[in-house]
Amino acid sequence: MVDVLVIGGGNAALCAALMAREAGASVLLLEAAPREWRGGNSVHTRNLRCMHDEPQDVLTEAYSEEEYWQDLLKVTGGITDERLARFAIRHSSSCRPWMMKHGVRFQNSLSGTLHLSRTNAFFLGGGKALVNAYFRSAEALGVEIRYESPVDRLEIVDGHFRAAWVGDQRIEARACVVANGGFESNREWLREAWGQHNGEWVAENFLIRGTRFNMGVLLKGMLEAGADRIGDPQQCHAVAIDARAPLYDGGICTRVDCVSLGIVVNRHAQRFYDEGEDFWPKRYAIWGRLVAFQPGQIGYSIIDAKAIGRFMPPVFPGEKADTLEELARKVGLDVDAFLKTVREFNAACREGTFDHSVLDDCHTEGLTPVKTHWARPIDTAPFYAFALRPGITFTYLGVKVDESAAVHFGGQPSDNLFAAGEVSAGNVLGKGYLAGIGVTIGTAFGRAAGASAARAALEQSRQQGVLRDAA
Amino acid sequence: MTPPEAMTSSLDALAREAAALGAGAPAPLTAAEAEVSRVMQICNACRYCEGSCAVFPAMTRRLEFGKADVHYLSNLCHNCGACLHACQYAPPHEFGVNVPRAMAVVRGQTYSDYAFPRAFGAAYRNNGLVLSLALAAGLALFLVLGIAMQGSLWHEPMAGNFYAVFPHNLLVALFGSVFGFSVLALAIGVTRFWRDISPGETPPGGNAPAVAEATHNALRLKYLDGGHGEGCHNEDDGFTLARRRYHHYTFYGFMLCLASTSVATLYHYAFGWEAPYPVTSLPVVLGTVGGIGLLVGPIGLWRLNRRRHPEHGDRSQTTMDRGFIALLFLTSLTGLLLLALRDTGAMALLLAIHLGVVMAFFATLPYGKFAHGVFRSAALLKWAIERRLPSRLQLGSD
Repeated sequence: MVDVLVIGGGNAALCAALMAREAGASVLLLEAAPREWRGGNSVHTRNLRCMHDEPQDVLTEAYSEEEYWQDLLKVTGGITDERLARFAIRHSSSCRPWMMKHGVRFQNSLSGTLHLSRTNAFFLGGGKALVNAYFRSAEALGVEIRYESPVDRLEIVDGHFRAAWVGDQRIEARACVVANGGFESNREWLREAWGQHNGEWVAENFLIRGTRFNMGVLLKGMLEAGADRIGDPQQCHAVAIDARAPLYDGGICTRVDCVSLGIVVNRHAQRFYDEGEDFWPKRYAIWGRLVAFQPGQIGYSIIDAKAIGRFMPPVFPGEKADTLEELARKVGLDVDAFLKTVREFNAACREGTFDHSVLDDCHTEGLTPVKTHWARPIDTAPFYAFALRPGITFTYLGVKVDESAAVHFGGQPSDNLFAAGEVSAGNVLGKGYLAGIGVTIGTAFGRAAGASAARAALEQSRQQGVLRDAA
Repeated sequence: MTPPEAMTSSLDALAREAAALGAGAPAPLTAAEAEVSRVMQICNACRYCEGSCAVFPAMTRRLEFGKADVHYLSNLCHNCGACLHACQYAPPHEFGVNVPRAMAVVRGQTYSDYAFPRAFGAAYRNNGLVLSLALAAGLALFLVLGIAMQGSLWHEPMAGNFYAVFPHNLLVALFGSVFGFSVLALAIGVTRFWRDISPGETPPGGNAPAVAEATHNALRLKYLDGGHGEGCHNEDDGFTLARRRYHHYTFYGFMLCLASTSVATLYHYAFGWEAPYPVTSLPVVLGTVGGIGLLVGPIGLWRLNRRRHPEHGDRSQTTMDRGFIALLFLTSLTGLLLLALRDTGAMALLLAIHLGVVMAFFATLPYGKFAHGVFRSAALLKWAIERRLPSRLQLGSD
């Protein structure tokens, strides 16, 4: 029997497998995806949000535990567990040497992300390079890896893990780490979780920014077996992405970064939110939800020629037209309604000194909703439109764990079942998001889960040895 | 969702538009160039690979990728594979991003397009044939010449006196003209390339620091280090310094051989010291050490090439790559054999063979894999200049 069974193939699973193997346990890792799609959502990540008390190789200045915690408190609105959050935050200050030992390399913050240079350590080559490095290291250390091995169910008796089933194959292990993601790829579940709004199924037009393999099968299984539940199934990381993005795995490049430079209208050509509320990196993660509750779950970001060259280049070129009428026709908006919206917006603009790098004084007056910054009339051809859809990064519903990553059943930690990554991220992140914190949580709890699982397994085999010797 | 074809066509349209707006030649993108342009548009919205090499920082200075940008970036790419193995959009993803391959195809095209004379550009596309014809012609030339002049290529030992077989002035005339032409052809080609890709701006502080940096990056093969110093990819997603090292063996071996010839020429004309030179003389030592480097390098590169990941680069250029490697190997092998056996009766025959190989090598310099070093050096220089100039973009996310 294998000591530690790791279910999943992303960052948290790999951290767990490596830690368990380093602790002397035999490890089997089951990845649902084929090799070329391995790594789950981790292949789309790019950095680790890192606590540090002084400048480090790729990190500027300092980012203290307290500041990190306050940032998290703010975005979650208090829906977090301070003990576990601080555990993850502290972990982020010491895990990088271990990551580097296993082949992860860091780089300076990317162009266009200078605002993250103090808080986030970027992986050289991004998340897929990290996943590749961990898989190489795991193979070198003798972790057995099986691809295309989705686990259908777990045998759990009174909170104790017995075996996992892959098809008709039963795999026993002394301890198990479940790190196979949230349920964001499960469209049925999303539909059910988000329900209806104004007679429309909200999740109908969601695009999944990450893997197609996160079906939440074991999350559901653990909850049904009595695991304590954490988080709200509607809570997730959702951004507004280009409507032409693929259904799965669109990743980072499908984001549309020109929202704050123009206006966003819905299918009825009406504005619905302050596009200039705050700097875009601080606001992009609310727009998925905003668009989700608009009719048809669609929005249109509209800019004019003045915005070109002022935002990160989009992956798909925008719809382009020389007049506003033509633009409305091209994207299928009611021409009169659209012209009226733009006219009213333009008339309400109080232009001061436009400066996209500060919260400037260009704003609207007498308009609802207001645009508080960077409000300039949309009057210079050519005009561009980008259709937007909600893009789901990952879901927050999960199982309750503690610092050892043990899954809780009726308030009691399991002795040999552990969870890490998205499947338990909701313990720390009940709502909102901070760039790079997903990897922080995955790394902290993945490593804890691996160490705990190895300890549990080795303890079990020692006891069995004692029993055998006694017999 | 837009299928890649649709993206290509809309990017195509964009590029045509941009080209039409520009003052100069409104040449449409070729399919290979459009693919690089399409891929760069995706990469520019992602940027995860910025630390791997110079291509991606250069990319972030642009919003659109016209013909000149595509030529420049493609030649800046060292085909290290880092951005392919790290790519979240690589096949089987529907975006099908394979930067090294897309750029390799364009590189092959630029060598051909910028060849001088232009008609000879076709040589890149039939490179196996060209190299074998050149080799056959080179061998035939010297074998026939030798027999015609000496009656036989087997003789009593003559203490390594090459000029007893082929007079010095004949060799100087033959090799001088062919080598001279090759250097000229490459210079014309790369000058045209440079004019097309370079706006001619000078960074503050002049061009000297940029020239020094580009030279350093070329001589060290900086961009085969993966951005972390552990090397590039060859057969899988692991890193290796082997490709960089075997390139160094090859390049510096070649340079030592060239130095050997140069020193010998100097000895001949400046000091009147005529070959053969003793084993401990500078020309022979340089040639021997260089020749060994030029054996080890090509053997290593050949082995790496055979094990290369199938997704890397443009497989249709494999014959060009391997043909060049083989020719380099034959050059050093025949040279070292000649040195070893120069005091025997086989000298004339070996000399004719060696000269034939070297002639084929020189004659095909501007029409084969050798061009990659020249065009890449030009692209490295452009990058070294460009990165010293302020960016024209204010993307605002900072």
